[in-house]
Amino acid sequence: MPNGVPNGVREITYREAVREAMVEAMREDAEVFLMGEDVGVYGGAFGVSRGMVEEFGEGRVVDTPLAEAGFVGLGIGAALMGMRPIVEIQFSDFITHAMDQLVNQAAKLRYMFGGKARVPLVVRTPGGAGTGAAAQHSQSLEAWFIHVPGLKVVMPSTPYDAKGMLLAALDDPNPVIFYEHKLLYNRKGDVPEKAYRVPLGEARVSREGEDITLVGAGLVHRFALEAAEALSDEGVEAEVLDLRTLSPMDHEAVLRSVEKTGKLVVVEEDVKTAGWGAEVVSRVVESESFYALDRAPARVAGADTPIPYNKNLEAFIRPTPEKVVEAAHKLLDSRAGVYA
Amino acid sequence: MRDLKDRKELLETMMLIRAFDEKVDELYAEGTLHGTAHFYVGQEAVAVGVMAALEEGDVITGTHRGHGHAVAFGLDLERMAAELLGRASGYCHGKGGSMHIADVEAGMLGANGIVGGSMGIACGAAWAFKQRGEDHVAVCFFGDGAVQEGIFNETLNLAAVWKLPVIFVCENNQYAMSLSVKRGFAHEPLSERASGYGIAGETVDGMELDEVHRAASAAVERARSGEGPTLLEAVTYRYLGHSKSDANLYRTREEIKQWRTHDPIQRFAAKLEEEGVLEKEAWQSLNEQAKEQIEEAFAKADQEPEPDPESALEDVYA
Repeated sequence: MPNGVPNGVREITYREAVREAMVEAMREDAEVFLMGEDVGVYGGAFGVSRGMVEEFGEGRVVDTPLAEAGFVGLGIGAALMGMRPIVEIQFSDFITHAMDQLVNQAAKLRYMFGGKARVPLVVRTPGGAGTGAAAQHSQSLEAWFIHVPGLKVVMPSTPYDAKGMLLAALDDPNPVIFYEHKLLYNRKGDVPEKAYRVPLGEARVSREGEDITLVGAGLVHRFALEAAEALSDEGVEAEVLDLRTLSPMDHEAVLRSVEKTGKLVVVEEDVKTAGWGAEVVSRVVESESFYALDRAPARVAGADTPIPYNKNLEAFIRPTPEKVVEAAHKLLDSRAGVYA
Repeated sequence: MRDLKDRKELLETMMLIRAFDEKVDELYAEGTLHGTAHFYVGQEAVAVGVMAALEEGDVITGTHRGHGHAVAFGLDLERMAAELLGRASGYCHGKGGSMHIADVEAGMLGANGIVGGSMGIACGAAWAFKQRGEDHVAVCFFGDGAVQEGIFNETLNLAAVWKLPVIFVCENNQYAMSLSVKRGFAHEPLSERASGYGIAGETVDGMELDEVHRAASAAVERARSGEGPTLLEAVTYRYLGHSKSDANLYRTREEIKQWRTHDPIQRFAAKLEEEGVLEKEAWQSLNEQAKEQIEEAFAKADQEPEPDPESALEDVYA
């Protein structure tokens, strides 16, 4: 859809939506800058920042040496001084280089200093599998950071949320890890031209239904939606929740839906063991809503393996819409004891 | 920020640092303090000599051995004491303790419990100064152990490439806990690493205040005039153990005694006597005054209330 539709809403890609948020923030506030490997003339490994160095110059769209700990640390220091850094980690797997800076520094400075510091740092990073890039370029490590108080972790699934949540992350006085998915970059959606904010920490009901609740985030939220369509053909109306923010987690939204449907399937791309889906399920079963469940909750997650290279192997260990439908069928089967 | 233009003030500040950490050592020994602390005794000339080269608006980052940097910067002694005692009136309201004392607003960007952990932070402050066109500098204190960490390489390279106004002050106190510099490095002096990054590097006697001050002033001047970072190695010695639980099994009494003969406070006091700034033996009464100030700070802090347990849940997020 070209420009000029009502209210300045156009259809653009997820990649363009992320870029638009950065560009608008940088035009508005001279204290915002983007720093990372190959974000300048190259435009970022996934082309997210293409064209930005031409507008803002090398002083604000900064190609870094290969030094994740160093430039994340630099971002923390600049944030401590009141700047609004956006740091890009080229593949989310490389975030391991910067773990001390994120876990011991960014997350804790405010608390350790008795509430007298702010670290308004945004770390953008593409995660997830499905690209044939194998075990060190495909992981979904987001659950690690949910385990670290002081960090916020977001994972928008649509271009609309990508723009609105990135602008909200830039307003936020806390360090925010902003997960993008490589397979979402080319997905299109309606996005207003003007700046707007989508609040962090609020889930969204992306499809209403009465029979079963499917909770997803990021790319695999789309798998939940696709599964819901397939189930609808069978006469089952699934409610789909897009968690959007993993920390702080909007469990109230999950509880509301589960109260209605009595059945819960979490769809997550990270490995199943100690994944964020475990936290969703725990919050449900620890609450009064436990009594609304008429089946044990299920998780459709990545297998507990590294991501393999071969296309068929990779597909085998990842969640798919079909696996979500299958999990739903087990929960919907009225015969007792059919699900494991 | 402490005004350190007066030579007597330099001596007094070193005395305050020593008295502070000797008091902390005493409080641990008698079981009054819990947790742990790392003592700056012996290294006073480094923090004070560097601080004397700074101006209002400059910032520093400290280390786990950080009381000396905080006192030299001019942090309030009573609030520091209160933090060590875990009181609500402490710099961190009892949440940080010895290794996290900070006054970010004043420009003391925090001690740091992770070796090398503040090297990126100091570069970030320097980045902010450069982007904003301000002529302030950031000083990053760290020990010889941090030179062995990966972030040392990353940050020195970043700072060199972008000519950041940051001064990397390596306090080579001869030991990373028990690992001597001799065992931890195949090549010394550590400042020679500077040439690999294309930046200025210098090794000075870190127990000679004027030497530290001269080298730091030159580094600050370079940083302010846009010439980028300096790696300044101050060779010094920690008299006390790594932390309060150190039995000193990795070094000899003889070695410690030998280093103590180069004491930075004694040497500077003698120098001030020679210069006529200080009357003969006057340093002793100054030292007594410093001890009294510290006693008073801890006594007052000890009157302050404990934090409300519920406050443990506050300030995780802004």
